Amino acid sequence: MKGDLNRSRRNLTSGFAYLLCLLSTAIALIPLGLILVYVIVQGAPALNLDFLTQLPKPVGETGGGMGNAIVGSLMLIGIAAAIGLPIGVLAGTYLAEFRSPRLSWTVRLLADILSGVPSIIIGVFVYTLLVLTMKRFSALAGGVALAVLMLPTVARTTEEMLRMVPDTLREASLALGISRWRTIVSIVIKTAGGGIMTGIMLALARIAGETAPLLFTALNSRTWPTGLDKPVASLPVQIYTYAIAPYADWHQQAWAGSLVLVLMVLLLSVGSKLYFGRKMRSVR
Amino acid sequence: MSSINNLRDKFRDASRPARGRLGDTLFTVIAFLAAATIILIITLLVYQLFEGALPSIRAFGADFLSSSEWDPVKDIYGARVFIYGTIVSSLLALLMAVPLSLGIAIYLSQFAPRWLRSPLGFIVELLAAIPSVVYGLWGIFVLAPFLGQTIEPFFADHLGGIPIFAGPVYGVGLFAAAVVLAIMILPTISAISRESMLNVSSDQKEAAQALGATPWETVRMSVLPLARPGIIGAIILGLGRALGETMAVTMIIGNRPEISASIFAPAYTIASVIANEFAEVTAGLHMAALVELALILLVITLLLNLLARLLVQRTGSGALKRKRS
Repeated sequence: MKGDLNRSRRNLTSGFAYLLCLLSTAIALIPLGLILVYVIVQGAPALNLDFLTQLPKPVGETGGGMGNAIVGSLMLIGIAAAIGLPIGVLAGTYLAEFRSPRLSWTVRLLADILSGVPSIIIGVFVYTLLVLTMKRFSALAGGVALAVLMLPTVARTTEEMLRMVPDTLREASLALGISRWRTIVSIVIKTAGGGIMTGIMLALARIAGETAPLLFTALNSRTWPTGLDKPVASLPVQIYTYAIAPYADWHQQAWAGSLVLVLMVLLLSVGSKLYFGRKMRSVR
Repeated sequence: MSSINNLRDKFRDASRPARGRLGDTLFTVIAFLAAATIILIITLLVYQLFEGALPSIRAFGADFLSSSEWDPVKDIYGARVFIYGTIVSSLLALLMAVPLSLGIAIYLSQFAPRWLRSPLGFIVELLAAIPSVVYGLWGIFVLAPFLGQTIEPFFADHLGGIPIFAGPVYGVGLFAAAVVLAIMILPTISAISRESMLNVSSDQKEAAQALGATPWETVRMSVLPLARPGIIGAIILGLGRALGETMAVTMIIGNRPEISASIFAPAYTIASVIANEFAEVTAGLHMAALVELALILLVITLLLNLLARLLVQRTGSGALKRKRS
């Protein structure tokens, strides 16, 4: 009898713990749902063709849009990708294919640590490195800051993906007399291509939403982008500027901008995962 | 197994680039340079921030950490208020995020039906995909007013005698910032904890079950102890993210350089003051002081990340490796 009672009490505790865990998961989904609902409900009414294609109007006039910020964001992401992708993929290749244990260990650890450095600090770094020396805020500086941010993710994902390629493929290729670099480029990287692409798209999704490192590198602008050496508007910085300004019309536009940004980021991250399947584990 | 590996190593040696193969040498050098870029960036990062902070370090020395005066007009700078705001907002966030994250990690790795695990895990991780500035926007217009009208007055009215819950309440402030931070670090902590729980070998769980343990007892006796280093690592990584989070916090912490006992009061963090003031200054002691703040934040996050990585590596290796069942 006593044993039964004890057992049922233990089962009750177990059931209670189960419920708590289930509840935690449910609670985590509430803010996600709320944020998505608000961004859609508040942003959709202000989202129209003008918003996507027009320049911002001066304070006091309603209307206008974030066309320049959208173009600016694409430009910054382009610069970041042009710098960050080749270096990241090559660094990952080095980590996976050329095994010099001590250096690889160091680079791997440093890449992990770099990915944990707050993005605002990368902004300060690029400011002292580029903005101070060039004596101007520029699209280039913003792009470099984003490139630094995506570099560790791309390198580590590439490495993990290449490690999943079986050695037998490398051996088969080398046995045919194909040189080592051709083996790596045409066989190994090609085999791991889907996974690497997924990692790249996730890295792009991450930098697309970054605001802090752009605040004092790319700065902001109310005109169309004119060159790499000029300040440039971006969607996240524009949302920030509008959100903290005291004008209701700007708040509306900030919501619409957020809707565009969230759609962009979710399309990149959800799309890449669905498209390439489960080729990669979650990126940390 | 090991003899095959030996053979493979020998084969690798044999396949090293022969002297004559220009392409191989070139490719090796380029890949090496790319990998070295990461070392270069970290080195430059520390050097640049240190050099930029030097005037402020010379002017204020250790007083910089303890002084709470931040006055650009008199050109006197102290970091205490910002260090306080950064640490308190992050710890409050951990207080909320850790129990929830562990609950999620346990549910997703042990209790949830198998078909639900991966999609549900993916949805939780979507929280990490939402840009910080969108959290900030939502924080300003939805969360802060909600907290300021419901939860905060409730605490201030009933527990206002205790200084940490004292009013007045504004909505924006430390507490609102901590709630948003908690939401933002939740996916980090839960994803990595879940991974280390999955790495616990099924032998350990079966042993507990064979002794008649209930599902919860199995988790408590075999999963949690073995996953502990990974869980602690996950919490430290979450803390690192919270300390450096900028936009969302800047938008809702109130940006008031004060230290007050109440968690409902406005405050200011290191990252926020950099975000607010950096673009406006061009040189001088003010700039150096801001760079020194960045340096302090960098050193803290570098150390935390190093510690966390070493801990997470421990659960991923050797005896704890998950068996493929």
